Amino acid sequence: MGPQAAPLIEIRDAALSYPNGTVALEGVNLSVGQHEFLSLVGPSGCGKSTLLRLIAGLMAPSAGSVATVSGSTGDVPEIGFVFQEPTLMPWARVFDNVHLPLRLKGLSPAEARPQVEQALEMVGLSDFRHAYPRELSGGMKMRVSIARALVTRPTLLLMDEPFAALDDMTRHRLNDDLLELWSGQHWTVVFVTHSIYEAVYLSNRVAVMAARPGRIVADLHVAPPCPRDREYRLSAAYSAHCRAVTDALARAGVPDA
Amino acid sequence: MHSHEPGYRMPETAATAGLRRRQTADRVMPVLVALLALCAWEGIVRWRGLPAYILPAPSLIARTLVTDWDTLWPAWLITLKITVLALLASVVGGVGLAFLFTLNRWIERSLFPFAIILQVTPIIAIAPLILIYAPNTLSALLLCAWIVAFFPVLSNTVTGLRSADRNLQDLFTLYGATRWQRLRLLLAPSALPYFLAGLRIAGGLSLIGAVIAEFTAGTAGQESGLAWRILEASFRLNVARMFAALALISVTGIAIFLALNILTRKLIGHWHESQLPERR
Repeated sequence: MGPQAAPLIEIRDAALSYPNGTVALEGVNLSVGQHEFLSLVGPSGCGKSTLLRLIAGLMAPSAGSVATVSGSTGDVPEIGFVFQEPTLMPWARVFDNVHLPLRLKGLSPAEARPQVEQALEMVGLSDFRHAYPRELSGGMKMRVSIARALVTRPTLLLMDEPFAALDDMTRHRLNDDLLELWSGQHWTVVFVTHSIYEAVYLSNRVAVMAARPGRIVADLHVAPPCPRDREYRLSAAYSAHCRAVTDALARAGVPDA
Repeated sequence: MHSHEPGYRMPETAATAGLRRRQTADRVMPVLVALLALCAWEGIVRWRGLPAYILPAPSLIARTLVTDWDTLWPAWLITLKITVLALLASVVGGVGLAFLFTLNRWIERSLFPFAIILQVTPIIAIAPLILIYAPNTLSALLLCAWIVAFFPVLSNTVTGLRSADRNLQDLFTLYGATRWQRLRLLLAPSALPYFLAGLRIAGGLSLIGAVIAEFTAGTAGQESGLAWRILEASFRLNVARMFAALALISVTGIAIFLALNILTRKLIGHWHESQLPERR
Protein backbone atom coordinates (compact mmCIF):
# COMPACT_ATOMS: atom_id res chain seq x y z
CA MET A 1 0.00 0.00 0.00
CA GLY A 2 2.77 2.42 -0.88
CA PRO A 3 2.37 5.82 -2.46
CA GLN A 4 3.09 4.32 -5.87
CA ALA A 5 -0.32 2.61 -5.82
CA ALA A 6 -2.72 5.29 -7.08
CA PRO A 7 -1.74 8.37 -5.10
CA LEU A 8 -4.61 10.36 -3.66
CA ILE A 9 -2.50 13.41 -2.96
CA GLU A 10 0.32 14.46 -5.24
CA ILE A 11 2.40 17.46 -4.22
CA ARG A 12 5.23 18.56 -6.51
CA ASP A 13 7.75 21.22 -5.61
CA ALA A 14 5.15 23.16 -3.73
CA ALA A 15 6.19 26.47 -2.20
CA LEU A 16 4.24 29.09 -0.37
CA SER A 17 5.49 32.55 0.38
CA TYR A 18 3.54 35.47 1.73
CA PRO A 19 3.54 38.97 0.23
CA ASN A 20 5.69 40.18 3.16
CA GLY A 21 8.46 37.81 2.04
CA THR A 22 7.99 35.09 4.66
CA VAL A 23 8.58 31.69 3.12
CA ALA A 24 6.17 29.26 4.79
CA LEU A 25 6.95 26.23 2.60
CA GLU A 26 9.63 25.43 0.07
CA GLY A 27 10.28 22.50 -2.25
CA VAL A 28 7.69 20.19 -0.75
CA ASN A 29 7.28 16.87 -2.53
CA LEU A 30 4.80 14.42 -1.12
CA SER A 31 2.66 11.68 -2.50
CA VAL A 32 0.07 9.99 -0.35
CA GLY A 33 -1.64 6.78 -1.40
CA GLN A 34 -5.11 5.39 -0.75
CA HIS A 35 -5.75 4.23 2.80
CA GLU A 36 -2.51 5.59 4.15
CA PHE A 37 -2.31 7.14 7.59
CA LEU A 38 0.32 9.84 7.26
CA SER A 39 1.42 12.10 10.10
CA LEU A 40 3.16 15.41 9.60
CA VAL A 41 5.45 16.04 12.56
CA GLY A 42 7.55 19.09 13.23
CA PRO A 43 8.18 22.04 15.49
CA SER A 44 5.68 24.87 15.61
CA GLY A 45 6.10 27.24 12.71
CA CYS A 46 7.35 24.56 10.30
CA GLY A 47 4.32 24.99 8.07
CA LYS A 48 2.60 21.68 8.77
CA SER A 49 -0.81 23.32 9.20
CA THR A 50 -0.18 25.38 6.08
CA LEU A 51 0.60 22.21 4.13
CA LEU A 52 -2.68 20.73 5.35
CA ARG A 53 -4.57 23.83 4.20
CA LEU A 54 -2.92 23.51 0.80
CA ILE A 55 -4.08 19.90 0.54
CA ALA A 56 -7.59 20.96 1.57
CA GLY A 57 -7.59 23.55 -1.18
CA LEU A 58 -8.12 26.37 1.31
CA MET A 59 -4.93 27.98 -0.03
CA ALA A 60 -3.10 27.78 -3.33
CA PRO A 61 0.68 27.22 -3.56
CA SER A 62 2.70 30.15 -4.88
CA ALA A 63 4.81 27.68 -6.88
CA GLY A 64 4.57 23.99 -7.76
CA SER A 65 1.39 21.97 -7.65
CA VAL A 66 -0.91 20.32 -5.16
CA ALA A 67 -3.38 17.83 -6.57
CA THR A 68 -5.89 15.58 -4.88
CA VAL A 69 -7.44 12.95 -7.09
CA SER A 70 -9.76 10.17 -6.11
CA GLY A 71 -8.28 6.96 -7.55
CA SER A 72 -11.50 5.29 -8.63
CA THR A 73 -13.43 8.19 -10.15
CA GLY A 74 -10.70 10.72 -10.93
CA ASP A 75 -12.78 13.37 -9.17
CA VAL A 76 -11.74 15.61 -6.34
CA PRO A 77 -12.10 13.42 -3.26
CA GLU A 78 -14.62 14.22 -0.56
CA ILE A 79 -12.61 15.89 2.19
CA GLY A 80 -13.25 15.96 5.93
CA PHE A 81 -11.36 18.51 8.01
CA VAL A 82 -10.82 18.50 11.77
CA PHE A 83 -9.31 21.58 13.40
CA GLN A 84 -7.27 21.88 16.55
CA GLU A 85 -10.27 23.48 18.24
CA PRO A 86 -13.60 21.66 18.03
CA THR A 87 -14.85 24.68 16.00
CA LEU A 88 -18.52 23.97 16.62
CA MET A 89 -21.32 26.46 16.13
CA PRO A 90 -22.24 27.31 19.75
CA TRP A 91 -25.81 28.24 18.79
CA ALA A 92 -26.54 24.87 17.19
CA ARG A 93 -27.27 21.53 18.85
CA VAL A 94 -24.94 18.57 18.31
CA PHE A 95 -27.22 17.16 15.59
CA ASP A 96 -27.28 20.44 13.68
CA ASN A 97 -23.52 20.84 13.98
CA VAL A 98 -22.95 17.40 12.47
CA HIS A 99 -25.65 18.07 9.88
CA LEU A 100 -23.88 21.23 8.67
CA PRO A 101 -21.76 19.78 5.81
CA LEU A 102 -24.78 17.97 4.38
CA ARG A 103 -26.97 21.03 4.85
CA LEU A 104 -24.49 23.07 2.83
CA LYS A 105 -24.88 20.46 0.10
CA GLY A 106 -28.63 20.98 0.18
CA LEU A 107 -29.82 18.04 2.31
CA SER A 108 -32.66 18.77 4.72
CA PRO A 109 -32.46 17.42 8.30
CA ALA A 110 -34.91 14.65 7.38
CA GLU A 111 -32.89 13.59 4.32
CA ALA A 112 -29.60 13.77 6.22
CA ARG A 113 -30.84 12.08 9.40
CA PRO A 114 -29.57 8.53 8.67
CA GLN A 115 -26.09 9.79 7.83
CA VAL A 116 -25.95 12.18 10.80
CA GLU A 117 -27.15 9.49 13.20
CA GLN A 118 -24.56 7.07 11.82
CA ALA A 119 -21.76 9.60 12.26
CA LEU A 120 -22.89 10.31 15.83
CA GLU A 121 -22.97 6.59 16.53
CA MET A 122 -19.44 6.18 15.18
CA VAL A 123 -18.13 8.63 17.77
CA GLY A 124 -20.45 7.36 20.52
CA LEU A 125 -22.50 10.50 20.97
CA SER A 126 -25.97 9.37 19.87
CA ASP A 127 -27.41 10.25 23.29
CA PHE A 128 -26.18 13.82 23.01
CA ARG A 129 -27.77 14.80 19.71
CA HIS A 130 -29.91 17.47 21.39
CA ALA A 131 -27.16 18.95 23.59
CA TYR A 132 -25.53 22.29 22.97
CA PRO A 133 -21.71 22.37 22.61
CA ARG A 134 -21.27 24.22 25.90
CA GLU A 135 -22.86 21.30 27.72
CA LEU A 136 -20.13 18.93 26.52
CA SER A 137 -16.61 18.20 27.76
CA GLY A 138 -13.56 19.00 25.62
CA GLY A 139 -13.20 15.40 24.45
CA MET A 140 -16.88 15.16 23.56
CA LYS A 141 -16.73 18.40 21.56
CA MET A 142 -13.80 16.93 19.63
CA ARG A 143 -15.87 13.82 18.92
CA VAL A 144 -18.65 16.00 17.54
CA SER A 145 -16.07 17.72 15.36
CA ILE A 146 -14.87 14.33 14.08
CA ALA A 147 -18.45 13.19 13.46
CA ARG A 148 -19.01 16.34 11.42
CA ALA A 149 -15.91 15.56 9.33
CA LEU A 150 -17.09 11.98 8.79
CA VAL A 151 -20.71 12.71 7.96
CA THR A 152 -20.04 13.27 4.26
CA ARG A 153 -18.24 9.88 4.13
CA PRO A 154 -14.98 11.46 3.00
CA THR A 155 -12.20 9.56 1.28
CA LEU A 156 -9.63 11.99 2.67
CA LEU A 157 -9.59 13.05 6.30
CA LEU A 158 -7.36 16.00 7.19
CA MET A 159 -6.69 16.57 10.89
CA ASP A 160 -4.84 19.59 12.26
CA GLU A 161 -3.54 18.72 15.76
CA PRO A 162 -7.04 17.61 16.71
CA PHE A 163 -6.15 16.23 20.14
CA ALA A 164 -3.49 18.74 21.18
CA ALA A 165 -5.72 20.49 23.70
CA LEU A 166 -6.91 17.31 25.41
CA ASP A 167 -5.55 15.51 28.46
CA ASP A 168 -3.47 12.36 27.88
CA MET A 169 -6.17 9.92 28.90
CA THR A 170 -8.79 11.41 26.60
CA ARG A 171 -6.20 11.72 23.87
CA HIS A 172 -5.20 8.05 24.07
CA ARG A 173 -8.81 6.95 23.99
CA LEU A 174 -9.56 9.15 20.98
CA ASN A 175 -6.36 7.85 19.28
CA ASP A 176 -7.64 4.28 19.62
CA ASP A 177 -11.15 5.25 18.52
CA LEU A 178 -9.76 7.01 15.47
CA LEU A 179 -7.63 3.99 14.53
CA GLU A 180 -10.62 1.71 14.90
CA LEU A 181 -12.71 3.93 12.63
CA TRP A 182 -9.88 4.21 10.14
CA SER A 183 -9.23 0.47 9.89
CA GLY A 184 -12.91 -0.17 9.21
CA GLN A 185 -13.15 2.42 6.44
CA HIS A 186 -11.21 3.21 3.32
CA TRP A 187 -10.11 6.71 4.05
CA THR A 188 -6.74 8.30 3.75
CA VAL A 189 -5.73 10.33 6.79
CA VAL A 190 -3.25 13.18 6.95
CA PHE A 191 -2.68 13.97 10.59
CA VAL A 192 -0.76 17.01 11.80
CA THR A 193 0.73 16.77 15.28
CA HIS A 194 3.69 18.02 17.25
CA SER A 195 3.76 14.85 19.31
CA ILE A 196 6.23 12.25 18.07
CA TYR A 197 4.57 9.60 20.22
CA GLU A 198 1.13 10.27 18.84
CA ALA A 199 2.45 10.31 15.26
CA VAL A 200 4.23 6.95 15.64
CA TYR A 201 1.30 5.35 17.42
CA LEU A 202 -1.26 6.35 14.80
CA SER A 203 0.50 6.30 11.47
CA ASN A 204 2.00 3.90 9.04
CA ARG A 205 4.01 6.76 7.65
CA VAL A 206 5.55 9.81 9.32
CA ALA A 207 6.77 12.85 7.42
CA VAL A 208 9.19 14.94 9.50
CA MET A 209 9.23 18.67 8.81
CA ALA A 210 11.67 21.44 9.68
CA ALA A 211 11.14 25.17 9.89
CA ARG A 212 12.47 28.29 8.13
CA PRO A 213 11.68 27.52 5.43
CA GLY A 214 9.10 24.82 6.07
CA ARG A 215 10.11 21.63 4.30
CA ILE A 216 9.95 17.85 4.60
CA VAL A 217 13.28 16.44 5.86
CA ALA A 218 12.43 12.80 6.36
CA ASP A 219 9.75 10.37 5.24
CA LEU A 220 9.65 7.33 7.50
CA HIS A 221 7.57 4.21 7.04
CA VAL A 222 6.60 2.65 10.31
CA ALA A 223 4.91 -0.71 10.41
CA PRO A 224 2.70 -0.81 13.46
CA PRO A 225 0.72 -3.88 14.46
CA CYS A 226 -2.95 -3.82 13.67
CA PRO A 227 -4.92 -3.49 15.84
CA ARG A 228 -2.64 -1.67 18.26
CA ASP A 229 -3.13 -1.99 21.98
CA ARG A 230 -1.67 -0.63 25.19
CA GLU A 231 1.26 -3.04 24.89
CA TYR A 232 2.35 -1.39 21.66
CA ARG A 233 2.99 1.88 23.50
CA LEU A 234 5.48 0.01 25.69
CA SER A 235 7.04 -2.19 23.01
CA ALA A 236 10.61 -2.00 21.71
CA ALA A 237 9.37 -1.51 18.14
CA TYR A 238 7.38 1.55 19.22
CA SER A 239 10.40 3.02 21.02
CA ALA A 240 12.60 2.37 17.98
CA HIS A 241 10.17 4.22 15.69
CA CYS A 242 9.97 7.13 18.12
CA ARG A 243 13.75 7.18 18.26
CA ALA A 244 13.98 7.27 14.46
CA VAL A 245 11.61 10.22 14.26
CA THR A 246 13.41 12.04 17.08
CA ASP A 247 16.74 11.50 15.31
CA ALA A 248 15.31 12.84 12.05
CA LEU A 249 14.11 15.95 13.87
CA ALA A 250 17.52 16.36 15.53
CA ARG A 251 19.31 16.04 12.19
CA ALA A 252 17.06 18.78 10.87
CA GLY A 253 18.34 20.99 13.66
CA VAL A 254 15.32 20.78 15.87
CA PRO A 255 16.14 20.33 19.54
CA ASP A 256 13.91 17.81 21.30
CA ALA A 257 10.49 18.62 19.90
CA MET B 1 -20.27 7.31 26.69
CA HIS B 2 -17.55 6.96 29.23
CA SER B 3 -18.16 8.72 32.51
CA HIS B 4 -20.58 11.26 31.13
CA GLU B 5 -24.22 10.70 31.94
CA PRO B 6 -26.81 11.60 29.32
CA GLY B 7 -28.51 13.85 31.88
CA TYR B 8 -26.46 16.93 31.21
CA ARG B 9 -28.99 19.37 32.73
CA MET B 10 -27.81 20.87 36.00
CA PRO B 11 -29.48 19.13 38.89
CA GLU B 12 -30.89 21.16 41.81
CA THR B 13 -28.05 21.44 44.30
CA ALA B 14 -27.07 23.73 47.13
CA ALA B 15 -25.20 25.81 44.55
CA THR B 16 -28.18 26.30 42.26
CA ALA B 17 -30.43 27.01 45.24
CA GLY B 18 -27.95 29.68 46.30
CA LEU B 19 -27.98 31.06 42.79
CA ARG B 20 -31.77 31.31 42.87
CA ARG B 21 -31.59 33.14 46.22
CA ARG B 22 -29.12 35.62 44.71
CA GLN B 23 -31.42 36.16 41.72
CA THR B 24 -34.36 36.91 44.04
CA ALA B 25 -32.19 39.32 46.00
CA ASP B 26 -31.20 40.98 42.72
CA ARG B 27 -34.86 41.82 42.14
CA VAL B 28 -35.89 42.71 45.68
CA MET B 29 -32.99 44.96 46.64
CA PRO B 30 -33.49 47.74 44.03
CA VAL B 31 -37.22 47.88 44.81
CA LEU B 32 -36.46 48.22 48.53
CA VAL B 33 -33.94 51.01 47.90
CA ALA B 34 -36.42 52.87 45.68
CA LEU B 35 -39.18 52.59 48.32
CA LEU B 36 -36.82 53.89 51.02
CA ALA B 37 -35.79 56.85 48.87
CA LEU B 38 -39.44 57.73 48.14
CA CYS B 39 -40.28 57.57 51.86
CA ALA B 40 -37.33 59.83 52.69
CA TRP B 41 -38.40 62.27 49.96
CA GLU B 42 -41.99 62.33 51.24
CA GLY B 43 -40.73 62.76 54.82
CA ILE B 44 -38.44 65.69 54.00
CA VAL B 45 -41.12 67.53 52.01
CA ARG B 46 -43.65 67.16 54.84
CA TRP B 47 -41.21 67.90 57.64
CA ARG B 48 -39.79 71.06 56.00
CA GLY B 49 -43.23 72.02 54.64
CA LEU B 50 -41.82 72.58 51.12
CA PRO B 51 -44.32 74.11 48.68
CA ALA B 52 -45.26 72.04 45.63
CA TYR B 53 -43.71 74.53 43.17
CA ILE B 54 -40.30 73.93 44.77
CA LEU B 55 -40.46 70.21 45.43
CA PRO B 56 -43.67 68.21 45.21
CA ALA B 57 -43.98 65.13 47.43
CA PRO B 58 -44.17 61.71 45.73
CA SER B 59 -47.77 61.40 46.92
CA LEU B 60 -48.67 64.64 45.10
CA ILE B 61 -46.89 63.44 41.95
CA ALA B 62 -48.87 60.22 42.10
CA ARG B 63 -52.10 62.20 42.50
CA THR B 64 -51.10 64.44 39.56
CA LEU B 65 -50.57 61.33 37.46
CA VAL B 66 -54.21 60.42 38.10
CA THR B 67 -55.79 63.89 37.80
CA ASP B 68 -53.77 64.88 34.71
CA TRP B 69 -54.08 61.48 33.08
CA ASP B 70 -56.21 62.85 30.23
CA THR B 71 -53.33 65.18 29.25
CA LEU B 72 -50.48 62.81 30.01
CA TRP B 73 -51.84 59.61 28.43
CA PRO B 74 -52.11 60.88 24.81
CA ALA B 75 -48.73 62.58 25.20
CA TRP B 76 -47.24 59.33 26.47
CA LEU B 77 -48.65 57.45 23.48
CA ILE B 78 -47.01 59.91 21.11
CA THR B 79 -43.60 59.69 22.76
CA LEU B 80 -43.95 55.92 22.84
CA LYS B 81 -44.92 55.82 19.19
CA ILE B 82 -41.90 57.91 18.13
CA THR B 83 -39.55 55.89 20.31
CA VAL B 84 -40.74 52.50 19.07
CA LEU B 85 -40.85 53.57 15.42
CA ALA B 86 -37.35 55.07 15.71
CA LEU B 87 -36.07 51.87 17.29
CA LEU B 88 -37.61 49.73 14.56
CA ALA B 89 -36.19 52.07 11.93
CA SER B 90 -32.73 51.85 13.47
CA VAL B 91 -32.93 48.04 13.41
CA VAL B 92 -33.94 48.05 9.75
CA GLY B 93 -31.45 50.79 8.82
CA GLY B 94 -28.60 49.56 11.01
CA VAL B 95 -28.86 45.89 10.07
CA GLY B 96 -29.56 46.65 6.42
CA LEU B 97 -26.52 48.90 6.13
CA ALA B 98 -24.38 46.39 8.06
CA PHE B 99 -25.29 43.62 5.58
CA LEU B 100 -24.53 45.95 2.68
CA PHE B 101 -21.18 46.85 4.25
CA THR B 102 -20.19 43.19 4.63
CA LEU B 103 -21.22 42.37 1.10
CA ASN B 104 -19.08 45.07 -0.37
CA ARG B 105 -16.09 46.88 1.11
CA TRP B 106 -16.50 49.76 -1.34
CA ILE B 107 -19.99 50.52 -0.11
CA GLU B 108 -18.63 50.52 3.43
CA ARG B 109 -15.74 52.81 2.56
CA SER B 110 -18.01 55.28 0.84
CA LEU B 111 -20.85 55.33 3.37
CA PHE B 112 -19.33 54.63 6.79
CA PRO B 113 -17.80 58.13 7.19
CA PHE B 114 -21.27 59.65 6.79
CA ALA B 115 -22.68 57.34 9.42
CA ILE B 116 -19.89 58.54 11.73
CA ILE B 117 -20.57 62.21 10.91
CA LEU B 118 -24.24 61.69 11.78
CA GLN B 119 -23.20 60.01 15.00
CA VAL B 120 -20.70 62.61 16.22
CA THR B 121 -22.71 65.73 15.37
CA PRO B 122 -24.92 66.54 18.39
CA ILE B 123 -28.53 65.89 17.45
CA ILE B 124 -29.63 69.02 19.30
CA ALA B 125 -27.69 71.02 16.69
CA ILE B 126 -29.17 69.21 13.69
CA ALA B 127 -32.74 69.03 14.95
CA PRO B 128 -33.79 72.63 14.10
CA LEU B 129 -32.62 72.08 10.52
CA ILE B 130 -34.48 68.82 10.24
CA LEU B 131 -37.61 70.57 11.50
CA ILE B 132 -37.34 73.06 8.67
CA TYR B 133 -36.91 70.52 5.89
CA ALA B 134 -38.98 67.55 7.04
CA PRO B 135 -42.48 67.37 5.50
CA ASN B 136 -44.21 67.19 8.89
CA THR B 137 -43.40 67.22 12.60
CA LEU B 138 -43.86 63.50 13.11
CA SER B 139 -41.37 62.58 10.42
CA ALA B 140 -38.94 65.20 11.76
CA LEU B 141 -39.16 63.73 15.27
CA LEU B 142 -38.73 60.23 13.88
CA LEU B 143 -35.70 61.22 11.85
CA CYS B 144 -34.03 62.86 14.88
CA ALA B 145 -34.63 59.82 17.09
CA TRP B 146 -33.42 57.51 14.32
CA ILE B 147 -30.17 59.43 13.81
CA VAL B 148 -29.39 59.07 17.51
CA ALA B 149 -30.33 55.40 17.74
CA PHE B 150 -29.20 53.65 14.58
CA PHE B 151 -25.43 53.94 14.96
CA PRO B 152 -24.89 51.38 17.76
CA VAL B 153 -26.98 48.87 15.80
CA LEU B 154 -24.97 49.49 12.65
CA SER B 155 -21.54 49.47 14.26
CA ASN B 156 -22.21 46.44 16.47
CA THR B 157 -23.74 44.42 13.66
CA VAL B 158 -20.79 45.18 11.38
CA THR B 159 -18.39 44.04 14.12
CA GLY B 160 -20.52 40.94 14.72
CA LEU B 161 -20.65 39.98 11.06
CA ARG B 162 -16.85 40.18 10.96
CA SER B 163 -16.38 38.13 14.14
CA ALA B 164 -17.38 34.75 12.76
CA ASP B 165 -14.91 32.02 13.69
CA ARG B 166 -12.13 31.78 11.08
CA ASN B 167 -12.06 28.00 11.12
CA LEU B 168 -15.82 27.83 10.63
CA GLN B 169 -15.36 30.22 7.72
CA ASP B 170 -12.84 27.75 6.25
CA LEU B 171 -15.23 24.89 6.84
CA PHE B 172 -17.95 26.72 4.90
CA THR B 173 -15.44 27.29 2.08
CA LEU B 174 -14.41 23.64 2.12
CA TYR B 175 -18.00 22.46 1.73
CA GLY B 176 -18.69 24.97 -1.04
CA ALA B 177 -21.22 27.10 0.85
CA THR B 178 -23.01 29.74 -1.17
CA ARG B 179 -22.85 33.37 -0.12
CA TRP B 180 -26.40 33.21 1.14
CA GLN B 181 -25.74 30.03 3.18
CA ARG B 182 -22.69 31.66 4.73
CA LEU B 183 -24.68 34.77 5.63
CA ARG B 184 -27.65 32.90 7.05
CA LEU B 185 -25.98 29.96 8.79
CA LEU B 186 -22.71 31.50 9.96
CA LEU B 187 -22.48 35.29 9.81
CA ALA B 188 -25.97 36.13 11.07
CA PRO B 189 -25.88 33.84 14.13
CA SER B 190 -22.33 35.02 14.95
CA ALA B 191 -23.49 38.64 14.74
CA LEU B 192 -26.66 38.13 16.78
CA PRO B 193 -25.13 38.71 20.26
CA TYR B 194 -23.36 41.85 18.99
CA PHE B 195 -26.55 43.09 17.34
CA LEU B 196 -28.52 42.56 20.55
CA ALA B 197 -25.94 44.50 22.57
CA GLY B 198 -26.28 47.34 20.06
CA LEU B 199 -30.06 47.08 20.19
CA ARG B 200 -30.08 47.53 23.97
CA ILE B 201 -28.07 50.73 23.60
CA ALA B 202 -30.31 51.87 20.73
CA GLY B 203 -33.41 51.26 22.89
CA GLY B 204 -32.31 53.88 25.41
CA LEU B 205 -31.03 56.20 22.70
CA SER B 206 -34.26 56.16 20.71
CA LEU B 207 -36.13 57.42 23.78
CA ILE B 208 -33.49 60.11 24.36
CA GLY B 209 -33.66 61.05 20.68
CA ALA B 210 -37.45 61.26 20.79
CA VAL B 211 -37.39 63.50 23.89
CA ILE B 212 -34.68 65.80 22.50
CA ALA B 213 -36.56 66.11 19.22
CA GLU B 214 -39.79 66.97 21.03
CA PHE B 215 -38.04 69.63 23.08
CA THR B 216 -36.64 71.17 19.92
CA ALA B 217 -39.89 70.91 17.98
CA GLY B 218 -41.61 72.71 20.84
CA THR B 219 -44.97 74.21 19.96
CA ALA B 220 -44.52 73.40 16.31
CA GLY B 221 -46.46 70.20 16.79
CA GLN B 222 -50.15 69.86 17.45
CA GLU B 223 -49.39 66.32 18.50
CA SER B 224 -47.21 66.90 21.53
CA GLY B 225 -45.43 64.21 23.47
CA LEU B 226 -44.33 63.96 27.09
CA ALA B 227 -41.27 66.17 26.60
CA TRP B 228 -43.43 69.00 25.40
CA ARG B 229 -45.75 68.46 28.40
CA ILE B 230 -42.73 68.90 30.67
CA LEU B 231 -41.77 72.19 28.99
CA GLU B 232 -45.37 73.39 29.10
CA ALA B 233 -45.71 72.49 32.78
CA SER B 234 -42.47 74.29 33.59
CA PHE B 235 -43.80 77.50 31.99
CA ARG B 236 -46.78 77.21 34.32
CA LEU B 237 -44.63 76.29 37.32
CA ASN B 238 -46.61 73.04 37.58
CA VAL B 239 -43.65 71.12 39.02
CA ALA B 240 -45.75 68.14 40.05
CA ARG B 241 -46.82 67.58 36.48
CA MET B 242 -43.20 67.90 35.34
CA PHE B 243 -42.29 65.11 37.71
CA ALA B 244 -45.29 63.04 36.65
CA ALA B 245 -44.32 63.28 32.98
CA LEU B 246 -40.71 62.55 33.89
CA ALA B 247 -41.82 59.45 35.79
CA LEU B 248 -43.65 58.21 32.70
CA ILE B 249 -40.55 58.76 30.55
CA SER B 250 -38.46 56.78 33.05
CA VAL B 251 -41.01 53.98 33.12
CA THR B 252 -40.86 53.88 29.32
CA GLY B 253 -37.07 53.64 29.39
CA ILE B 254 -37.12 50.88 32.00
CA ALA B 255 -39.79 48.97 30.07
CA ILE B 256 -37.74 49.13 26.86
CA PHE B 257 -34.64 47.96 28.72
CA LEU B 258 -36.47 45.03 30.32
CA ALA B 259 -38.17 44.07 27.06
CA LEU B 260 -34.86 44.02 25.20
CA ASN B 261 -33.24 41.98 27.98
CA ILE B 262 -36.02 39.42 27.72
CA LEU B 263 -35.62 39.37 23.94
CA THR B 264 -31.87 38.82 24.35
CA ARG B 265 -32.41 35.92 26.71
CA LYS B 266 -34.99 34.39 24.35
CA LEU B 267 -32.70 34.59 21.33
CA ILE B 268 -29.25 33.70 22.68
CA GLY B 269 -29.88 32.62 26.29
CA HIS B 270 -29.34 28.95 25.46
CA TRP B 271 -25.85 29.31 24.05
CA HIS B 272 -24.09 32.64 24.49
CA GLU B 273 -21.49 33.10 27.23
CA SER B 274 -22.92 36.46 28.29
CA GLN B 275 -26.17 34.77 29.26
CA LEU B 276 -24.76 32.02 31.45
CA PRO B 277 -25.22 32.21 35.21
CA GLU B 278 -22.21 33.47 37.14
CA ARG B 279 -19.94 30.82 38.60
CA ARG B 280 -18.78 31.01 42.20
